[in-house]
Amino acid sequence: MSAHIVSKTTYYLIFATLMVLTLVTVLVSAIDLGALNTVVALAIAGFKAVLVVLFFMHVKYAPRLTKVAVAAGIYWLMILLALTLSDYLTRWRGTYG
Amino acid sequence: MRDDTLHHPALAHHFDNLEQQAEAASLGMWVFLLTEILFFGGAFLVYTVYRHMYHDAFVVASHELDVTLGTINTAVLIGSSLTMALAVHAAQTGSKRLIQLFLIVTIVLGCVFLGIKSVEYAHKFREHHVPGPYFQFDVKYVREAQIFFSLYFVMTGLHALHMIVGIGVMLVMLWHASRDRFSPEYYVPIEVTGLYWHFVDIVWIFLFPLLYLIGRHGVP
Repeated sequence: MSAHIVSKTTYYLIFATLMVLTLVTVLVSAIDLGALNTVVALAIAGFKAVLVVLFFMHVKYAPRLTKVAVAAGIYWLMILLALTLSDYLTRWRGTYG
Repeated sequence: MRDDTLHHPALAHHFDNLEQQAEAASLGMWVFLLTEILFFGGAFLVYTVYRHMYHDAFVVASHELDVTLGTINTAVLIGSSLTMALAVHAAQTGSKRLIQLFLIVTIVLGCVFLGIKSVEYAHKFREHHVPGPYFQFDVKYVREAQIFFSLYFVMTGLHALHMIVGIGVMLVMLWHASRDRFSPEYYVPIEVTGLYWHFVDIVWIFLFPLLYLIGRHGVP
């Protein structure tokens, strides 16, 4: 099989980045940023997930068909979240913070 | 002599070659993972809607979770993702010993995660934070907090169930590895097991901040 072999150095670097980001997200959560707390927490989680998908799950080196399939999955998840939340989040006046 | 009698023993007859077979297998695994994304996506959606409706109660209830244990578990799971990735690397480079070593380390880390999780669950039972007739909480939020803890148990429970399945799959891979089924030409089962394990890791990457951290800064 002529698949791309990701180097061990890359794996260690991704692992270190994920650990640092975990620490950052825990530390930031103790600071009151108002509504931004949720945004920051989800942005860090999203970035960590992208690192896992691209490197640990080899999508960066995968055939185009696999990339399209992954993108389609995220796209459908966004439809699920966006359409439902566009209803619920505009019906109640929620308090964020 | 027909040359299809000389193919690699792991090559199924409906594929042209091992490369095509590997690509098909990993695409198939991804299609399964897409259904899993939408499955957990539905749970995250319910969580978001209820958190929006009962924001204050969710902040107070979220304070009852142990951030230290949650952080340790996040580190353990990310570590297990690294060892899983290294197991795939060992398969690609044809080292049977390292495949076995890294699979065992991944299984052990998975069990450590489940162990810490069960300590947290036991604590919730002792504190009467399990939804139902014996639920005890600040009377102001007793109804809404049960929704938070229901979501907590369902989401972390489903996640734990996926880990148990993952550990079972890894045990099967360990058995195959011991019988020399894998080589640099054929290691797609290890690769696909890795995809599943990393997916479970990603679910936790989102569960951890949403359940443990969001609302931590607010005074209950």
